[in-house]
Amino acid sequence: MTGRLATVGLRITHSIPVILGVVVVSFLLTRALPGDPAVYFAGPAADAASIAQIRTALGLDKPLPEQFLIYATDVLRGDFGQSISTGQPVSEDLANRLPASLELTLTALLLSCAIAIPIGVLAATRPGSAVDHLCRILVTAGVSLPTFFTGVVLIYVFYYLLGIAPSPLGRLDFIYIEPDHVTGFYLIDAAIAGDWETWLAALKQLVLPAVTLALFTLAPLARMTRAAMLSALSSDYIRTARASGLTDNKVLFTYAFRNALLPVITTLGMVFSFTLGANVLVEKVFAWPGIGSYAVEALVVSDYAAVQGFVLAMALLFVALNLIIDLTYSMIDPRIGFEAK
Amino acid sequence: MSLVSIKDLKVSFKTRRGNVQAVRGISLEVAKGEVLGIVGESGSGKSVTSYALMRLLDKGGSISGGDLSYGGIDLKAASENEMKDLRGREISMIFQNPRAALNPIRKVGHQIEDVLCRHAKATRSNVRSEAIKALEAVKINDAEQRYDAYPFELSGGMCQRVVIAIALACDPKLLIADEPTTGLDITTQKAVMDLITELISERDMSALVITHDLGLAAQYCDRIVVMKDGEVVEEGQSDQVFTAPKHQYTLKLVDATPRIGVSVRELLLPDQRTPFPELKKVDLPLLEVRDLTKTFQGKSGPVHAVKGVSFTVKKGQSVGLVGESGCGKSTTSSILARLLDPTSGEVLFNGEDLSKTPARKFSRDPRRASIQMVFQDATDSFNPRHTARQIIGEPLARLTQMARKQRRSRVEELAVLVGLPVKLLDRFPHQLSGGQKARVGIARAIAVEPEFLILDEPTAALDVSIQAVVLNLLVDLRARLGLSFLFVSHDLHVVRLLCDEVIVMKEGKIVEAGAAEQVMTSPTHAYTRTLLSAAPHPPILTVPTSSAAE
Amino acid sequence: MTDVVSNSVPPTRNHGALDHFLYVLRSNPVTLLAFMMLAVLLVAALVGPAITPYDPLTSNAAIALQPPSLDHWFGTDNLGRDVFSRVIVATRLDLAISVAAVALSFVIGSLLGSIAGYWGGWLDSVLNRLFDTIMAFPLFVLAMGIVAALGNTVENIVYATAVINIPFYARLVRAEVNIRREAGFTQAAKLSGNSDIRVLALHIFPNALPPMMVQVSLNLGWAILNAAGLSFIGLGVRPPTAEWGIMVAEGANFIVSGEWWLALFPGLALMFAVFTFNLLGDGLRDIVDPRQRT
Repeated sequence: MTGRLATVGLRITHSIPVILGVVVVSFLLTRALPGDPAVYFAGPAADAASIAQIRTALGLDKPLPEQFLIYATDVLRGDFGQSISTGQPVSEDLANRLPASLELTLTALLLSCAIAIPIGVLAATRPGSAVDHLCRILVTAGVSLPTFFTGVVLIYVFYYLLGIAPSPLGRLDFIYIEPDHVTGFYLIDAAIAGDWETWLAALKQLVLPAVTLALFTLAPLARMTRAAMLSALSSDYIRTARASGLTDNKVLFTYAFRNALLPVITTLGMVFSFTLGANVLVEKVFAWPGIGSYAVEALVVSDYAAVQGFVLAMALLFVALNLIIDLTYSMIDPRIGFEAK
Repeated sequence: MSLVSIKDLKVSFKTRRGNVQAVRGISLEVAKGEVLGIVGESGSGKSVTSYALMRLLDKGGSISGGDLSYGGIDLKAASENEMKDLRGREISMIFQNPRAALNPIRKVGHQIEDVLCRHAKATRSNVRSEAIKALEAVKINDAEQRYDAYPFELSGGMCQRVVIAIALACDPKLLIADEPTTGLDITTQKAVMDLITELISERDMSALVITHDLGLAAQYCDRIVVMKDGEVVEEGQSDQVFTAPKHQYTLKLVDATPRIGVSVRELLLPDQRTPFPELKKVDLPLLEVRDLTKTFQGKSGPVHAVKGVSFTVKKGQSVGLVGESGCGKSTTSSILARLLDPTSGEVLFNGEDLSKTPARKFSRDPRRASIQMVFQDATDSFNPRHTARQIIGEPLARLTQMARKQRRSRVEELAVLVGLPVKLLDRFPHQLSGGQKARVGIARAIAVEPEFLILDEPTAALDVSIQAVVLNLLVDLRARLGLSFLFVSHDLHVVRLLCDEVIVMKEGKIVEAGAAEQVMTSPTHAYTRTLLSAAPHPPILTVPTSSAAE
Repeated sequence: MTDVVSNSVPPTRNHGALDHFLYVLRSNPVTLLAFMMLAVLLVAALVGPAITPYDPLTSNAAIALQPPSLDHWFGTDNLGRDVFSRVIVATRLDLAISVAAVALSFVIGSLLGSIAGYWGGWLDSVLNRLFDTIMAFPLFVLAMGIVAALGNTVENIVYATAVINIPFYARLVRAEVNIRREAGFTQAAKLSGNSDIRVLALHIFPNALPPMMVQVSLNLGWAILNAAGLSFIGLGVRPPTAEWGIMVAEGANFIVSGEWWLALFPGLALMFAVFTFNLLGDGLRDIVDPRQRT
């Protein structure tokens, strides 16, 4: 057990250099802004004196390492700069909008795991069957779907043609009032408040974007599950289990599936990466008020502090998610703790 | 009445080139309490037979004819559910590569419990103690603690014990052992085989031992069936099959099995035995190794692979380097081949210290051509995208000034020399058989006429009959080209055939060195004695086969 | 001699490889289809502008927002431009962006990966850290950040897409090189007098190429999606240039009022291209290594 704890500690320390790297990259990105950042931050009406003043205020006249230190300290304090379009601190904007993005992303991921993993397992255990073919089609077609296009098609079919989906504008139709802020997740907050009408309305808004995102992540997950199951099923220990007369269920779940889960969990990291990226596109299509659409809006008005703050926030979020994946992995795989010793 | 009876069994596999018959109508019986050995070289259908008996054939395989019965039950007609009840409870199986045969992320105790619960041999309350009993039965110390171990925490031999514990947990009547010792060290091999036979006789079980090693089968089995190309060619009592083989193929197998008191020529069939060539030996040192050490930086501190090794190889001499895996013999040979730098020590070659030139730069050293190597796994040692001609020609192109045309004829000359048909030179490695690949590997190594040749288990992956041919080829080449050999192997019996002197290594140190015959007949070190006694002992022939066949 | 020549083995590998290729095509007509789809794409990219019925940039307010008809197969957009012509013309730009990006990341990635995999040591650690850092970003988001920082141009889309792809190639090559670094044929090549660089370039790297080709094909599809995604949110390609992502973005505004053809056709073209490369990648995977089939 101490081995396990040491592993957990080791994994956490492992992510420190990664976080450092992320901060360095995002620092470089802010300094690589086209033109002089001081001119840009000073605004169009600025004269030479105010530009110089801004330069000093931003520390742009200092050497690069010192600038980095200032930047890193700011980031550590949670100061991502000021957004010129909203006039608010970027970190505050992001914090306000993060729950919307998380609610969408997590719902989509749960949805796709719930579909992809069973399909992958079934396809692997019944090669050549209808499920296998379905899996193949899903896998190849799924990775070819541009998320933003899927979203547009779904809106056309379910909103315009069939009229069963609400208008694709945000998290809640304007006739409803936002539930009291507890977690920021409308589904949870509305449930806590016991306001089931709002809950249903929020769910209706959520379905299409979540399905769009889930369709995108379905493919890699199903592909990996199928491949991992196939390779687990053809391994020697499955032969031993079969030769011992164990039942199909035991062989399939206790022996094959638990082993197959390991590579699937590893893939989840990549899937998260895709999902967080695709999230931006889906938020734009559905006018979802998350941090993705915030960044897109900021891009349109060249609000660089907001964009770079968003990039950094996403990276930190992703590092955290990867850490969780790593920890889950080392919980399941007994071999991990051993390596750490 | 026999426990198992197989009548006219045929098994075929669907492949891209149509149906392939792996087993072509074999019949055999296993009596109660009997240990039957099925012996054959790769592709003989011996494993397929056992999988057919368990009805666990790989995808595409099917029983296309014949009858299988176990204790009166028709296994061919049994439903899958009936088979599931039989597997593990009546018939059990153990496999080669025991580590892979265990679920890597499940505690070994739980894996035994799974089988016990499946066949209702234990209840929820006593399953743990029953599992520990099963571990104790296979003589695992601290069974209580091992219960919680994962396979990766156990040694190969220990894993095989666990696999045996799983197989025997439900007291089956028949144990099928499919190459149970392949991949294990020679001393572990003996321990595992001794354990299996002891448990079988204790429990009055029958067993089917499938192996490529005739010596092992002769030592541990009551009766032997010899298979070739999916057919049974000979059947009889072990000592009888070994001492008085009736079929030509068995005779060849018996002859090819290295054993005490037999020369390398006697591994071949009598009509293929050419006179032993005369060897020229000069009493001058070619290679002097002085206090060689090698330390690797491992994750958990330094690993001392070689701890001060000194020996001499004289011109024209052949020296054997013997030891089990991890003894440092491969590291030593890599250093001598100048692929690896030693941590300290000297490697004097014709009086010059080779270790002064780093391995990184040695490829352009003029002495590169003098030291060449034949690799253990021929397949792995060839670039899969090169033809045999390119492979053999590569050292000629890099290390000599030969023109293209000259190289071409030299390659063909080499092919003839090693007995490789010239028309095979344009094939890729995967299109060649094991023996042919071994020849290509040897041709490449002698292409630039080295003085010193390192042979790293060159026959380990080969069937015995091909091993016999390759060993004889090496003897001929040594005489013809005046080569000096360093023959690295785990098998003392093979080393003895080819070497004048033997060095035995253990844990990075030399424990014994001396003339080959002397080390074999009167070893001074305890470890050498263990190695010698652990190797399977085929019965000594009462009548020499050579005269029997003449 | 025991090792007799078996006659079933084809005499040369080229023959064998061709046989295998034909076998895969025969047993998997989908791969054949993929090659045909690739041909369609290449034709559209090479001669597209010459065969379109209308100029993709000429607007004509009189025929704005017309549904598909015989005159305008894919209808017209809000400025009266012919959607069909625009979709065809966009092929060249979309393919060019992704091919350029993938080529860049392939070359840089292979180089860095080979070095890291063969020599290992501190160089390997440093490169690994670098790739870790790149992959610590959600890739599309990093691409957004790079384009936003470097400036909103097509070239920067190519650079950004290349940067986020480099770790994949480098990691793959590194792994492929690493498993062959200690292989027998590598040691044999050294014994034959090959220097390290020769061993790496002539013996190890060619053997790592087949899995790389699979990656390239799958990656091309992904690079197209990525570039289209970036222009969908307004980065890189600017209107009125014809490009699939931007056309879907423009068309999306009309979807809620029912003018579906504006977004559908460029979207389908995009899907077709990505689908082609994915099918091709899977097919190549079968040809290269039938066991890896997933």
